[in-house]
Amino acid sequence: MCLALPARVVTMDGNGMATVSLGGITKEISMILVENVEAGDFVLVHAGYALARISQEEARRTLSLMAEAGLSESGAL
Amino acid sequence: MRYVDEFRQAHLARGLAGAIAREADPERQYRLMEFCGGHTHAIFRHGIQDLMPENVHFLHGPGCPVCVLPMGRVDHAIQLVERHDVILCTYGDMLRVPGRGRGTLLKIKAEGGDVRMVYSTLDALRIARDNPRREVVFFAIGFETTAPATAVALSQARAEGLENFSVFCNHVLTPAAMRGLLASSSGPVSIDGFLGPAHVSAIIGSRPYEFVAREFRRPVVIAGFEPLDIMQSVFMLVRQLNAGRHEVENEYTRVVTREGNAKAQALVSEVFGVRHAFEWRGLGQVPRSALRIKEGYGAHDAERRFTVFSRGNPPDARGCECPSILRGVKKPTDCKLFGRGCSPDHPIGACMVSSEGACAAYWRYRRFRRPSVVAESPAVL
Ligand code: SF4
Repeated sequence: MCLALPARVVTMDGNGMATVSLGGITKEISMILVENVEAGDFVLVHAGYALARISQEEARRTLSLMAEAGLSESGAL
Repeated sequence: MRYVDEFRQAHLARGLAGAIAREADPERQYRLMEFCGGHTHAIFRHGIQDLMPENVHFLHGPGCPVCVLPMGRVDHAIQLVERHDVILCTYGDMLRVPGRGRGTLLKIKAEGGDVRMVYSTLDALRIARDNPRREVVFFAIGFETTAPATAVALSQARAEGLENFSVFCNHVLTPAAMRGLLASSSGPVSIDGFLGPAHVSAIIGSRPYEFVAREFRRPVVIAGFEPLDIMQSVFMLVRQLNAGRHEVENEYTRVVTREGNAKAQALVSEVFGVRHAFEWRGLGQVPRSALRIKEGYGAHDAERRFTVFSRGNPPDARGCECPSILRGVKKPTDCKLFGRGCSPDHPIGACMVSSEGACAAYWRYRRFRRPSVVAESPAVL
Protein backbone atom coordinates (compact mmCIF):
# COMPACT_ATOMS: atom_id res chain seq x y z
CA MET A 1 0.00 0.00 0.00
CA CYS A 2 2.89 2.36 0.71
CA LEU A 3 4.61 1.19 -2.43
CA ALA A 4 6.11 4.12 -4.31
CA LEU A 5 8.41 3.90 -7.31
CA PRO A 6 11.20 6.14 -8.53
CA ALA A 7 10.38 7.77 -11.86
CA ARG A 8 12.13 10.32 -14.04
CA VAL A 9 10.26 13.52 -14.87
CA VAL A 10 10.14 13.84 -18.64
CA THR A 11 8.12 17.04 -18.97
CA MET A 12 6.31 19.36 -16.63
CA ASP A 13 2.91 19.70 -18.26
CA GLY A 14 1.50 22.65 -16.35
CA ASN A 15 -1.73 22.45 -14.39
CA GLY A 16 0.13 20.59 -11.65
CA MET A 17 0.69 17.55 -13.87
CA ALA A 18 3.83 15.98 -15.29
CA THR A 19 4.78 13.15 -17.62
CA VAL A 20 7.15 10.70 -15.98
CA SER A 21 8.99 7.65 -17.19
CA LEU A 22 8.63 4.62 -14.97
CA GLY A 23 11.04 1.97 -16.19
CA GLY A 24 10.29 2.86 -19.82
CA ILE A 25 6.55 3.34 -19.43
CA THR A 26 5.34 6.93 -19.54
CA LYS A 27 2.64 8.08 -17.22
CA GLU A 28 0.82 11.28 -16.38
CA ILE A 29 1.00 12.05 -12.66
CA SER A 30 0.11 14.90 -10.32
CA MET A 31 2.88 17.13 -9.00
CA ILE A 32 0.63 18.98 -6.58
CA LEU A 33 2.32 17.51 -3.49
CA VAL A 34 5.88 18.51 -4.38
CA GLU A 35 7.85 21.69 -4.95
CA ASN A 36 10.96 22.65 -6.88
CA VAL A 37 10.92 19.71 -9.26
CA GLU A 38 12.21 20.06 -12.81
CA ALA A 39 12.30 17.87 -15.90
CA GLY A 40 15.14 15.38 -15.50
CA ASP A 41 14.66 15.02 -11.74
CA PHE A 42 13.63 11.73 -10.18
CA VAL A 43 10.54 11.64 -7.99
CA LEU A 44 8.89 8.97 -5.91
CA VAL A 45 5.47 8.12 -7.37
CA HIS A 46 2.62 6.76 -5.28
CA ALA A 47 -0.95 6.24 -6.49
CA GLY A 48 -0.67 8.82 -9.24
CA TYR A 49 1.10 11.52 -7.21
CA ALA A 50 4.74 12.50 -6.81
CA LEU A 51 5.49 12.37 -3.07
CA ALA A 52 9.07 13.59 -2.97
CA ARG A 53 12.05 14.49 -5.08
CA ILE A 54 14.86 11.93 -4.84
CA SER A 55 18.24 13.42 -4.07
CA GLN A 56 20.98 12.00 -6.23
CA GLU A 57 23.64 13.41 -3.96
CA GLU A 58 22.16 11.65 -0.92
CA ALA A 59 21.73 8.42 -2.86
CA ARG A 60 25.43 8.42 -3.73
CA ARG A 61 26.34 9.18 -0.16
CA THR A 62 24.23 6.26 1.11
CA LEU A 63 25.79 3.89 -1.43
CA SER A 64 29.26 4.87 -0.32
CA LEU A 65 28.30 4.39 3.34
CA MET A 66 27.13 0.91 2.41
CA ALA A 67 30.37 0.15 0.61
CA GLU A 68 32.34 1.50 3.54
CA ALA A 69 30.43 -0.63 6.06
CA GLY A 70 31.20 -3.69 3.94
CA LEU A 71 34.89 -2.92 4.01
CA SER A 72 35.08 -2.21 7.72
CA GLU A 73 37.57 -4.55 9.27
CA SER A 74 37.66 -7.07 6.44
CA GLY A 75 40.67 -5.06 5.26
CA ALA A 76 42.35 -5.12 8.66
CA LEU A 77 45.09 -7.78 8.99
CA MET B 1 21.19 6.36 -11.33
CA ARG B 2 17.78 4.69 -11.39
CA TYR B 3 17.42 4.26 -7.64
CA VAL B 4 16.47 0.59 -7.81
CA ASP B 5 19.23 -1.68 -9.15
CA GLU B 6 21.91 0.35 -7.40
CA PHE B 7 20.30 -0.61 -4.10
CA ARG B 8 20.22 -4.30 -4.96
CA GLN B 9 23.87 -4.87 -5.82
CA ALA B 10 25.00 -8.27 -4.63
CA HIS B 11 28.56 -7.31 -3.79
CA LEU B 12 27.35 -4.56 -1.47
CA ALA B 13 24.86 -6.98 0.09
CA ARG B 14 27.67 -9.44 0.79
CA GLY B 15 29.75 -6.69 2.33
CA LEU B 16 26.88 -5.58 4.55
CA ALA B 17 26.05 -9.12 5.57
CA GLY B 18 29.67 -9.49 6.69
CA ALA B 19 29.58 -6.17 8.52
CA ILE B 20 26.42 -7.13 10.40
CA ALA B 21 27.85 -10.52 11.31
CA ARG B 22 31.00 -8.89 12.68
CA GLU B 23 29.08 -6.20 14.53
CA ALA B 24 26.40 -8.41 16.14
CA ASP B 25 27.43 -9.53 19.59
CA PRO B 26 26.96 -13.32 19.80
CA GLU B 27 26.10 -12.94 23.49
CA ARG B 28 22.88 -11.08 22.78
CA GLN B 29 19.70 -11.22 20.73
CA TYR B 30 18.55 -8.42 18.43
CA ARG B 31 14.79 -8.31 17.98
CA LEU B 32 14.15 -5.69 15.33
CA MET B 33 10.64 -4.81 14.28
CA GLU B 34 10.09 -3.71 10.72
CA PHE B 35 6.99 -1.61 11.14
CA CYS B 36 5.98 -1.57 7.48
CA GLY B 37 4.47 -4.34 5.43
CA GLY B 38 6.61 -3.02 2.57
CA HIS B 39 9.69 -3.99 4.56
CA THR B 40 8.22 -7.38 5.46
CA HIS B 41 7.59 -8.05 1.79
CA ALA B 42 11.12 -6.99 0.79
CA ILE B 43 12.73 -9.04 3.57
CA PHE B 44 11.05 -12.18 2.25
CA ARG B 45 11.32 -11.41 -1.40
CA HIS B 46 15.06 -10.85 -1.22
CA GLY B 47 15.79 -13.51 1.37
CA ILE B 48 17.32 -10.99 3.76
CA GLN B 49 16.68 -13.07 6.87
CA ASP B 50 19.02 -15.68 5.41
CA LEU B 51 21.81 -13.13 5.25
CA MET B 52 21.50 -12.28 8.94
CA PRO B 53 23.34 -13.93 11.81
CA GLU B 54 21.23 -16.30 13.93
CA ASN B 55 20.70 -13.75 16.68
CA VAL B 56 19.26 -10.98 14.48
CA HIS B 57 15.50 -11.46 14.23
CA PHE B 58 12.88 -9.59 12.29
CA LEU B 59 9.55 -9.06 14.02
CA HIS B 60 6.86 -8.16 11.54
CA GLY B 61 4.88 -5.10 12.52
CA PRO B 62 1.38 -3.78 11.93
CA GLY B 63 2.28 -1.54 9.00
CA CYS B 64 -0.13 -3.07 6.54
CA PRO B 65 -3.23 -0.86 6.25
CA VAL B 66 -5.36 -3.63 4.80
CA CYS B 67 -4.35 -5.98 7.60
CA VAL B 68 -5.13 -3.64 10.48
CA LEU B 69 -8.48 -2.40 9.23
CA PRO B 70 -11.09 -4.04 11.44
CA MET B 71 -13.79 -6.08 9.76
CA GLY B 72 -16.55 -3.69 10.81
CA ARG B 73 -15.17 -1.08 8.44
CA VAL B 74 -15.24 -3.51 5.51
CA ASP B 75 -18.85 -4.24 6.43
CA HIS B 76 -19.60 -0.51 6.28
CA ALA B 77 -18.17 -0.31 2.80
CA ILE B 78 -20.22 -3.29 1.71
CA GLN B 79 -23.36 -1.65 3.11
CA LEU B 80 -22.67 1.52 1.15
CA VAL B 81 -22.94 -0.54 -2.01
CA GLU B 82 -25.78 -2.80 -0.94
CA ARG B 83 -28.07 -0.32 0.81
CA HIS B 84 -27.16 3.00 -0.75
CA ASP B 85 -26.36 1.85 -4.25
CA VAL B 86 -23.21 3.94 -4.49
CA ILE B 87 -20.33 3.49 -6.90
CA LEU B 88 -17.60 2.46 -4.50
CA CYS B 89 -14.06 3.17 -5.62
CA THR B 90 -11.05 1.74 -3.84
CA TYR B 91 -7.48 0.55 -4.23
CA GLY B 92 -7.13 -3.03 -5.43
CA ASP B 93 -5.84 -4.32 -2.10
CA MET B 94 -9.19 -3.77 -0.41
CA LEU B 95 -11.31 -5.86 -2.74
CA ARG B 96 -10.48 -9.25 -1.28
CA VAL B 97 -10.45 -8.41 2.42
CA PRO B 98 -13.05 -10.49 4.20
CA GLY B 99 -15.74 -8.82 6.29
CA ARG B 100 -18.49 -10.50 8.27
CA GLY B 101 -19.23 -14.02 7.09
CA ARG B 102 -16.26 -13.84 4.68
CA GLY B 103 -18.12 -11.38 2.44
CA THR B 104 -15.79 -9.25 0.33
CA LEU B 105 -16.17 -6.29 -2.01
CA LEU B 106 -15.16 -8.58 -4.84
CA LYS B 107 -18.11 -10.85 -4.07
CA ILE B 108 -20.46 -7.89 -3.94
CA LYS B 109 -19.12 -6.79 -7.30
CA ALA B 110 -19.67 -10.26 -8.76
CA GLU B 111 -23.25 -10.04 -7.55
CA GLY B 112 -23.75 -6.81 -9.47
CA GLY B 113 -22.61 -4.17 -6.97
CA ASP B 114 -20.82 -1.23 -8.55
CA VAL B 115 -17.36 -1.58 -7.04
CA ARG B 116 -14.46 -0.15 -9.01
CA MET B 117 -10.78 -0.56 -8.49
CA VAL B 118 -8.86 2.66 -8.95
CA TYR B 119 -5.16 3.38 -9.13
CA SER B 120 -5.44 6.96 -7.95
CA THR B 121 -7.87 9.35 -6.28
CA LEU B 122 -7.72 11.22 -9.59
CA ASP B 123 -9.57 8.27 -11.15
CA ALA B 124 -12.24 8.38 -8.43
CA LEU B 125 -12.82 12.07 -9.13
CA ARG B 126 -13.15 11.34 -12.83
CA ILE B 127 -15.73 8.64 -12.14
CA ALA B 128 -17.73 11.14 -10.06
CA ARG B 129 -17.61 13.71 -12.87
CA ASP B 130 -18.69 11.12 -15.40
CA ASN B 131 -21.63 9.92 -13.29
CA PRO B 132 -23.30 13.07 -11.98
CA ARG B 133 -26.50 11.23 -11.11
CA ARG B 134 -24.78 8.58 -9.03
CA GLU B 135 -23.24 8.81 -5.58
CA VAL B 136 -19.55 8.01 -5.78
CA VAL B 137 -17.68 7.05 -2.62
CA PHE B 138 -13.94 6.63 -2.37
CA PHE B 139 -13.11 4.00 0.25
CA ALA B 140 -9.88 5.55 1.54
CA ILE B 141 -7.36 3.47 3.39
CA GLY B 142 -3.66 3.79 4.02
CA PHE B 143 -1.11 5.47 6.22
CA GLU B 144 0.33 8.96 5.96
CA THR B 145 1.78 8.07 2.55
CA THR B 146 -1.65 7.75 1.05
CA ALA B 147 -3.59 10.41 2.97
CA PRO B 148 -2.30 13.40 0.94
CA ALA B 149 -3.81 11.97 -2.26
CA THR B 150 -7.17 11.72 -0.50
CA ALA B 151 -6.78 15.26 0.83
CA VAL B 152 -6.20 16.52 -2.71
CA ALA B 153 -9.33 14.73 -3.91
CA LEU B 154 -11.43 16.27 -1.13
CA SER B 155 -10.22 19.78 -1.74
CA GLN B 156 -10.65 19.34 -5.47
CA ALA B 157 -14.20 18.02 -5.00
CA ARG B 158 -15.11 20.98 -2.82
CA ALA B 159 -13.56 23.48 -5.22
CA GLU B 160 -15.40 21.97 -8.19
CA GLY B 161 -18.68 21.57 -6.31
CA LEU B 162 -18.62 17.86 -7.10
CA GLU B 163 -21.58 17.12 -4.86
CA ASN B 164 -21.88 13.44 -5.61
CA PHE B 165 -18.34 12.66 -4.41
CA SER B 166 -17.53 11.60 -0.87
CA VAL B 167 -14.83 9.79 1.03
CA PHE B 168 -15.16 6.94 3.53
CA CYS B 169 -12.07 7.78 5.53
CA ASN B 170 -9.97 5.04 7.12
CA HIS B 171 -6.57 6.69 7.11
CA VAL B 172 -4.44 5.65 10.06
CA LEU B 173 -1.37 7.12 11.71
CA THR B 174 1.94 5.38 12.16
CA PRO B 175 3.50 7.04 15.23
CA ALA B 176 0.30 6.46 17.23
CA ALA B 177 0.41 2.76 16.37
CA MET B 178 4.04 2.54 17.46
CA ARG B 179 3.08 4.08 20.76
CA GLY B 180 0.21 1.63 21.04
CA LEU B 181 2.57 -1.28 20.44
CA LEU B 182 5.20 -0.09 22.89
CA ALA B 183 2.74 0.87 25.56
CA SER B 184 1.25 -2.63 25.43
CA SER B 185 4.49 -4.46 24.90
CA SER B 186 4.63 -5.26 28.56
CA GLY B 187 3.09 -8.36 26.98
CA PRO B 188 5.08 -11.22 25.53
CA VAL B 189 6.76 -9.35 22.71
CA SER B 190 9.89 -7.35 23.31
CA ILE B 191 11.19 -5.09 20.63
CA ASP B 192 14.80 -3.91 20.77
CA GLY B 193 14.57 -1.44 17.92
CA PHE B 194 12.58 -0.38 14.87
CA LEU B 195 13.19 -0.22 11.17
CA GLY B 196 11.15 2.94 10.65
CA PRO B 197 8.71 3.61 7.81
CA ALA B 198 10.13 4.72 4.48
CA HIS B 199 7.41 6.39 2.48
CA VAL B 200 5.30 7.43 5.44
CA SER B 201 8.37 9.34 6.56
CA ALA B 202 8.73 10.96 3.15
CA ILE B 203 5.55 12.80 4.13
CA ILE B 204 5.76 13.27 7.91
CA GLY B 205 9.56 13.33 8.29
CA SER B 206 11.57 11.48 10.92
CA ARG B 207 10.72 13.83 13.77
CA PRO B 208 7.41 12.19 14.79
CA TYR B 209 9.33 9.06 15.90
CA GLU B 210 11.59 10.86 18.30
CA PHE B 211 9.31 9.97 21.22
CA VAL B 212 10.19 6.30 20.65
CA ALA B 213 13.81 7.06 21.45
CA ARG B 214 13.06 9.58 24.18
CA GLU B 215 10.23 7.90 26.08
CA PHE B 216 10.72 4.24 25.27
CA ARG B 217 14.50 4.23 24.87
CA ARG B 218 14.41 2.23 21.63
CA PRO B 219 16.44 3.10 18.55
CA VAL B 220 14.69 3.81 15.26
CA VAL B 221 16.34 3.82 11.85
CA ILE B 222 14.21 5.16 8.98
CA ALA B 223 14.85 2.57 6.29
CA GLY B 224 14.28 2.57 2.53
CA PHE B 225 12.47 -0.39 0.94
CA GLU B 226 15.30 -1.76 -1.20
CA PRO B 227 17.26 -4.73 0.15
CA LEU B 228 20.49 -2.80 0.71
CA ASP B 229 18.53 -0.10 2.55
CA ILE B 230 17.17 -2.70 4.91
CA MET B 231 20.58 -4.27 5.51
CA GLN B 232 22.29 -0.94 6.10
CA SER B 233 19.51 -0.01 8.55
CA VAL B 234 19.97 -3.28 10.44
CA PHE B 235 23.68 -2.50 10.63
CA MET B 236 22.89 0.96 12.04
CA LEU B 237 20.45 -0.49 14.59
CA VAL B 238 22.91 -3.14 15.75
CA ARG B 239 25.55 -0.46 16.22
CA GLN B 240 23.19 1.73 18.24
CA LEU B 241 22.18 -1.19 20.43
CA ASN B 242 25.79 -2.23 21.01
CA ALA B 243 26.69 1.29 22.01
CA GLY B 244 23.66 1.54 24.29
CA ARG B 245 22.31 4.40 22.19
CA HIS B 246 18.68 5.01 21.31
CA GLU B 247 18.28 7.65 18.66
CA VAL B 248 16.29 8.25 15.52
CA GLU B 249 18.66 7.82 12.60
CA ASN B 250 17.85 8.12 8.93
CA GLU B 251 19.21 5.69 6.38
CA TYR B 252 16.81 6.83 3.64
CA THR B 253 18.22 10.32 3.27
CA ARG B 254 17.68 10.39 -0.50
CA VAL B 255 13.97 10.85 0.23
CA VAL B 256 13.37 11.53 3.93
CA THR B 257 14.25 14.61 5.95
CA ARG B 258 13.54 15.35 9.60
CA GLU B 259 10.78 17.78 8.64
CA GLY B 260 9.15 15.81 5.81
CA ASN B 261 7.03 17.21 2.99
CA ALA B 262 5.58 20.47 4.30
CA LYS B 263 3.29 21.01 1.33
CA ALA B 264 1.66 17.60 1.72
CA GLN B 265 1.38 18.06 5.49
CA ALA B 266 -0.39 21.40 5.01
CA LEU B 267 -2.91 19.86 2.61
CA VAL B 268 -3.59 17.00 4.99
CA SER B 269 -4.17 19.23 7.99
CA GLU B 270 -6.42 21.53 5.97
CA VAL B 271 -8.78 18.65 5.27
CA PHE B 272 -8.31 16.17 8.11
CA GLY B 273 -8.37 16.25 11.89
CA VAL B 274 -7.37 13.44 14.26
CA ARG B 275 -9.96 11.02 15.67
CA HIS B 276 -10.09 10.48 19.42
CA ALA B 277 -9.41 6.82 18.91
CA PHE B 278 -9.65 4.21 16.18
CA GLU B 279 -9.86 0.45 16.29
CA TRP B 280 -6.92 -1.51 14.83
CA ARG B 281 -7.00 -5.23 14.28
CA GLY B 282 -4.45 -6.61 16.71
CA LEU B 283 -3.97 -3.42 18.70
CA GLY B 284 -7.56 -2.65 19.69
CA GLN B 285 -8.58 0.97 20.26
CA VAL B 286 -5.56 3.19 19.74
CA PRO B 287 -5.87 6.81 20.88
CA ARG B 288 -5.42 9.51 18.25
CA SER B 289 -4.43 6.98 15.62
CA ALA B 290 -6.59 7.88 12.63
CA LEU B 291 -7.79 10.80 10.54
CA ARG B 292 -11.31 12.16 10.23
CA ILE B 293 -12.68 14.61 7.70
CA LYS B 294 -13.05 18.16 9.07
CA GLU B 295 -16.42 19.95 9.27
CA GLY B 296 -15.61 22.20 6.35
CA TYR B 297 -15.50 19.16 4.11
CA GLY B 298 -18.39 17.42 5.85
CA ALA B 299 -20.51 17.43 2.69
CA HIS B 300 -17.95 15.05 1.22
CA ASP B 301 -17.71 12.78 4.26
CA ALA B 302 -19.42 9.44 3.56
CA GLU B 303 -19.76 8.77 7.29
CA ARG B 304 -21.89 11.91 7.69
CA ARG B 305 -23.71 11.46 4.45
CA PHE B 306 -24.90 7.87 4.68
CA THR B 307 -26.29 6.07 7.65
CA VAL B 308 -24.70 2.74 8.03
CA PHE B 309 -25.76 0.24 10.42
CA SER B 310 -23.08 -0.63 12.90
CA ARG B 311 -23.01 -4.06 14.38
CA GLY B 312 -19.59 -3.46 15.82
CA ASN B 313 -16.60 -5.46 14.81
CA PRO B 314 -17.27 -9.11 14.29
CA PRO B 315 -14.62 -11.32 15.85
CA ASP B 316 -11.84 -12.50 13.56
CA ALA B 317 -12.37 -15.85 11.89
CA ARG B 318 -11.91 -18.72 14.30
CA GLY B 319 -8.33 -19.83 14.54
CA CYS B 320 -7.00 -16.80 12.62
CA GLU B 321 -3.95 -15.42 14.43
CA CYS B 322 -3.78 -12.09 12.56
CA PRO B 323 -4.14 -10.03 15.75
CA SER B 324 -1.07 -11.59 17.39
CA ILE B 325 0.86 -11.60 14.14
CA LEU B 326 0.27 -7.88 13.74
CA ARG B 327 1.81 -7.25 17.15
CA GLY B 328 4.85 -9.34 16.30
CA VAL B 329 3.93 -11.86 19.00
CA LYS B 330 3.31 -14.78 16.66
CA LYS B 331 4.55 -15.88 13.28
CA PRO B 332 2.25 -16.95 10.43
CA THR B 333 3.51 -20.51 10.76
CA ASP B 334 2.12 -20.54 14.32
CA CYS B 335 -1.38 -20.38 12.82
CA LYS B 336 -3.05 -23.74 12.37
CA LEU B 337 -4.85 -22.48 9.28
CA PHE B 338 -1.69 -21.33 7.49
CA GLY B 339 -1.61 -23.26 4.24
CA ARG B 340 -4.43 -25.46 5.56
CA GLY B 341 -7.53 -23.60 4.55
CA CYS B 342 -5.89 -20.19 4.36
CA SER B 343 -3.82 -19.19 1.33
CA PRO B 344 -3.69 -16.12 -0.92
CA ASP B 345 -6.32 -17.68 -3.20
CA HIS B 346 -8.63 -18.34 -0.28
CA PRO B 347 -7.66 -15.90 2.43
CA ILE B 348 -9.31 -16.29 5.80
CA GLY B 349 -7.63 -13.33 7.46
CA ALA B 350 -6.49 -9.98 6.13
CA CYS B 351 -2.80 -10.81 6.69
CA MET B 352 -3.08 -13.29 3.83
CA VAL B 353 -4.74 -10.84 1.44
CA SER B 354 -2.32 -7.99 0.99
CA SER B 355 1.10 -8.77 -0.44
CA GLU B 356 2.38 -6.73 2.51
CA GLY B 357 0.75 -9.02 5.03
CA ALA B 358 3.12 -11.29 6.91
CA CYS B 359 1.09 -14.41 6.08
CA ALA B 360 1.09 -13.68 2.36
CA ALA B 361 4.84 -12.97 2.42
CA TYR B 362 5.56 -16.25 4.22
CA TRP B 363 3.35 -18.15 1.85
CA ARG B 364 4.75 -16.64 -1.27
CA TYR B 365 8.46 -16.70 -0.53
CA ARG B 366 9.22 -19.00 2.32
CA ARG B 367 8.41 -22.21 0.55
CA PHE B 368 10.83 -21.36 -2.20
CA ARG B 369 13.49 -20.23 0.17
CA ARG B 370 17.04 -21.00 -0.87
CA PRO B 371 20.02 -20.94 1.42
CA SER B 372 21.72 -17.96 -0.16
CA VAL B 373 20.15 -15.70 -2.70
CA VAL B 374 23.26 -13.63 -3.12
CA ALA B 375 25.54 -16.50 -4.02
CA GLU B 376 23.21 -17.60 -6.79
CA SER B 377 22.65 -14.33 -8.52
CA PRO B 378 25.85 -12.39 -8.72
CA ALA B 379 24.53 -9.33 -10.56
CA VAL B 380 21.59 -8.22 -8.46
CA LEU B 381 19.69 -9.74 -5.61
S1 SF4 C 1 -2.68 -17.87 7.97
FE1 SF4 C 1 -4.71 -17.01 7.49
S2 SF4 C 1 -5.98 -17.57 9.21
FE2 SF4 C 1 -3.86 -17.82 9.86
S3 SF4 C 1 -3.30 -15.84 10.78
FE3 SF4 C 1 -2.71 -15.73 8.65
S4 SF4 C 1 -4.47 -14.80 7.67
FE4 SF4 C 1 -5.21 -15.51 9.66
